[in-house]
Amino acid sequence: MAKVIVYPPTSMILSDLVERMGHKALVVPEAVRKLVTEIGIDSPPLNVTPEEPKKGLRYAAVDVPSGVRGRMALIGPLIEEAEAAIIVQDPGCLTGCAGCSRTNELVRLLIRTKGVPILDLSYPTNDAEARDFVKKIRAFLEGLK
Amino acid sequence: MLVTKYVITSSESNILPSDIAMKIYGSKYDVLVKETCFGVIVNGEEDVVNALIKEIRSLDPAGIFIKDRGFPPGDPRRCRGRRGGGARPGFYMIESESKMLPMISRALASEGEETETIPEKKKPLSIKRLDEIVKEG
Repeated sequence: MAKVIVYPPTSMILSDLVERMGHKALVVPEAVRKLVTEIGIDSPPLNVTPEEPKKGLRYAAVDVPSGVRGRMALIGPLIEEAEAAIIVQDPGCLTGCAGCSRTNELVRLLIRTKGVPILDLSYPTNDAEARDFVKKIRAFLEGLK
Repeated sequence: MLVTKYVITSSESNILPSDIAMKIYGSKYDVLVKETCFGVIVNGEEDVVNALIKEIRSLDPAGIFIKDRGFPPGDPRRCRGRRGGGARPGFYMIESESKMLPMISRALASEGEETETIPEKKKPLSIKRLDEIVKEG
């Protein structure tokens, strides 16, 4: 079972297909859960403490907006953990954790420079493309250890 | 550790969110369930939720999709009742991907079957050929 990071990191379709095919999908909700369901919440309501942007400093410079560094505090550790990646090129609607274009550029760059196997795809627009989409993901995931 | 998962049904699936909720109510699992317009939210211990999800998925393997959720169901930090209305931020991603679910469901259901490959895009008619057609007429 490999740990596969998916982009967009909040994608339902990609995380479901990865889990369905016997691997572990690395997704943002898991990182959010660890933060917001801690027993002692240091910084209500979302428990984003001044430590989060500091964690983000490992991935982005200090002059980068704190929103990028805050998001990287969640997504960065997932990238470090990843053994493979599935990237959708034109995800269209992105909101919340994945709603920052600069963060998304950095996430894609870090995944690509990590040197793990990457599958680049586009979301399907018709049935033939959907079959191809599922087939490519299955072939990619079956090729992982 | 308590985990929360969405169980989302494809719009073409014969399984309704209420069917899933009723199955969970009638099951032996000790979980918290919230029914929504697109599926259900299940909250419970990780092992219990994973076992339950396997059973739910067997209702319609190609038409039921699972997604992780960070916040527990009804959490005041995300619940629209406490935030003055409006969808929570993550809903828009689910809404946008839900439109693709019927296609993905059909693709999953047809896996293993012989299917035609994507036809190459037709090239536009060349001017020479157009000229020939005009002359033929």
